Amino acid sequence: MKVLMFGWEFPPFISGGLGTASYGISKGLVNNHIDLTFVMPTRRGLSFDSEINILAADEVHTIERYNKIIKVLKKYDTKSISKSFTIAPYFTKEDFIEYFNTHHDVVKINKIFQTQKGLLKFTGNYGKNLMDEVYRYGIIGEIIGFGDDFDIIHAHDWLTFYAGVAAKRSSGKPLVAHVHATEFDRSGENVNQNVYDIERYGMENADKIIAVSYFTKNIIVNRYGIDPEKVEVVHNAVDKNRRLDAYGVKKNVNEKLVLFLGRITMQKGPDYFLEAAYRVYKKNKNVRFVMAGSGDMLPRMITRMASLRMLDRFHFTGFLKGIDVERMYALSDLYVMPSVSEPFGIAPFEALLYDVPIIISKQSGVAEVLKNAIKVDFWDVNKMADMILMLIENDKIAREVSEKCKDDMANIGWDNAGHKIINVYESLLNN
Amino acid sequence: MVSLIFYFQVHQPFRLRKNYSFFDIGNNHFYEDEDANRSILNKVADKCYIPTNLMLLDLIRQYKGKFKVAFSISGVAIEQFEKYNPYVLETFQQLAETGQVEFIAETYYHSLSFLFSKEEFKEQVNLQKEKVEYYFKQTPTTFRNTELIYNNELAHFVESLGFTTILAEGANQVLGWRSPNFLYQPVGSYKLNLLLKNYKLSDDIAFRFSNSGWEEFPLTAEKYANWVHATAGNGEVINLFMDYETFGEHQWADTGIFDFMRALPGEILKHPDFQFLMPKEASQYYTPLSQIDTPFFVSWADLERDLTAWLGNSLQDSAIEKVYEIENLVKSTADPELIHTWRKLLTSDHFYYMCTKWFSDGDVHKYFNPYETPYDAFVIYSNVLNDLIGTIKQKQTKAVVE
Repeated sequence: MKVLMFGWEFPPFISGGLGTASYGISKGLVNNHIDLTFVMPTRRGLSFDSEINILAADEVHTIERYNKIIKVLKKYDTKSISKSFTIAPYFTKEDFIEYFNTHHDVVKINKIFQTQKGLLKFTGNYGKNLMDEVYRYGIIGEIIGFGDDFDIIHAHDWLTFYAGVAAKRSSGKPLVAHVHATEFDRSGENVNQNVYDIERYGMENADKIIAVSYFTKNIIVNRYGIDPEKVEVVHNAVDKNRRLDAYGVKKNVNEKLVLFLGRITMQKGPDYFLEAAYRVYKKNKNVRFVMAGSGDMLPRMITRMASLRMLDRFHFTGFLKGIDVERMYALSDLYVMPSVSEPFGIAPFEALLYDVPIIISKQSGVAEVLKNAIKVDFWDVNKMADMILMLIENDKIAREVSEKCKDDMANIGWDNAGHKIINVYESLLNN
Repeated sequence: MVSLIFYFQVHQPFRLRKNYSFFDIGNNHFYEDEDANRSILNKVADKCYIPTNLMLLDLIRQYKGKFKVAFSISGVAIEQFEKYNPYVLETFQQLAETGQVEFIAETYYHSLSFLFSKEEFKEQVNLQKEKVEYYFKQTPTTFRNTELIYNNELAHFVESLGFTTILAEGANQVLGWRSPNFLYQPVGSYKLNLLLKNYKLSDDIAFRFSNSGWEEFPLTAEKYANWVHATAGNGEVINLFMDYETFGEHQWADTGIFDFMRALPGEILKHPDFQFLMPKEASQYYTPLSQIDTPFFVSWADLERDLTAWLGNSLQDSAIEKVYEIENLVKSTADPELIHTWRKLLTSDHFYYMCTKWFSDGDVHKYFNPYETPYDAFVIYSNVLNDLIGTIKQKQTKAVVE
């Protein structure tokens, strides 16, 4: 499968989370055998990871491309061309320019073709000419869409949405719009109308939207009027920009929250969590425990908690899904997975997405990968309690644990995200 | 003369929102399921309170002083009438104006406060007294505790508050070989008289009336009056205590319960030695037959007639211990609204919903339980309690800072 991806940043040039995420996703896709071309505004003379084909917009020679397109088009008759292109073919330069003029700024297009300059300028910055650049990026998208060979277009955030939609128009290939952040995340209620309009334009014209969280999906549905069916959620493997208020949660800063999240069944060891929690509770009253999930052991756990008289410190949420899972992780200071037996278990990885340090049982398969996680035997509730106390009472150690675990998990995390994105691609190609 | 004493219990709890979740703690201070409380109250008002009140008014007028009844209406039920259906309250006031209806005292919040805080119990009884005086222009001298929970200690405490009559369940463990059909006195009391529920005759109406599998089905007023008349020479008071919702709600109108009740006074009064009395009158009319020793708590609930409907499992015990544990904390705020909110959490129903006895009484518990399981009830109650504690603590910190 060949993917044409439009991004704005890419390591080593990154100024925010978008570059890191674009890189991680690209790696995740390449590791899953996707043939990827990553388009960005400019290389700025930097060198990039050789596994990924980089195509810089300021190196796309528009006139050469045009001539090549005309040459190719002329080989075919109208019938077969209309099969490979969803739009009508353009045989003459005038037709071609006219086509561009209907979709882009007349002055700029004329400038390109009249001066025969061919190359457009990009800084790849977020300066005062950002809108112009976003716009020019769209023209490049249109041109690349005509000539290149690919199955799917994938565009990251509003900066690339013009380009993505233009490439879709000129190629007839499906577009995936990837939303890492919306204008509401960046600007609160004082949204920049231009940006909002471009975001909405991209979302409406996309065949599928990937949101980085259920929280973002909610915004896309409620603020941009997009059909929820069209929006898939794929969490990024690393995201340093997660903020509590982004999930609409308030946290009592004087209290630590320790989380168990999983099925309340024998295999997951919720009873060991509860017993360890009780031991912690006796020593430290500034901690709350949450057991999130449902399962056949839930009534027993509730009864046991009640008989331990911890109801002011131990909470049950029932089964959580979507945005509530995100909120739960965002609220937590420590995640404990005391599984009795667990082949792999993705939950600790999810916790790490939210910078939550983790304690896992030695009996869980994920322990092999997470070399830096705190590990205890599931049955050793005293040790588990000691470790919980250590992490909730030492912010520095807690931070170290989560950072190191994130390094352990980074590759697996992006491969997992890549896998989910491929599922989205396939759903489009199979239609 | 043998006297029939009808006492009806009217109570509706403020039910909590079924979706009050962990995420609401600290963020959302609206605990009550307003929609459910309103719709349940209005439903029961239409099916029971209004038609039964109007029927009793008719009967009282028809029998010109010979038909009498007594009510205990919990303060939280009265509040819901004020809020959702003031007409119900008006019809109760009309009943009060006839002079043939006694309104008796209980704990305003229908709570188990006597078991956990005598101070709180006393305050709630006073609040209830004030409410009765305000609406019904009479000062209660008769007391019934929540769910007829009773023992010697309670009787003495109630006597010290100035009451002269108390109601209790005529449970076997109280009476032993004795008959409930006499006026008694709690052991060690001087002024307080004790009326014990005749659970056989009460439950014939309250529970068995529409049971087609019952050998006495269908129950007619004539048949019932014959059973009552059969006690002649063998008793003085027949105490028929039941939930008011028996009429039209537990026993639907189409079971004939209203026709039965309409015909009953006439049938009873056919016998010249029978009359109706209010509890306070019975206390003056008769002399206590003997003293009754009740060292252990009894109630009118379930087959056990004990406290296990509200207390005993760890869910119930931990929840109720915690809510009473914060009594001083709550009262120290001197914030009437917070105190009122806390007190509404003392209502016994919350703990009834957490009952895990699924044996012979499971069905009745299920019927009255808005939650799917007792565990849900416990978790929601705990969430609400945690929010209340958080709210108070936040208020205190703020006060210190200011």
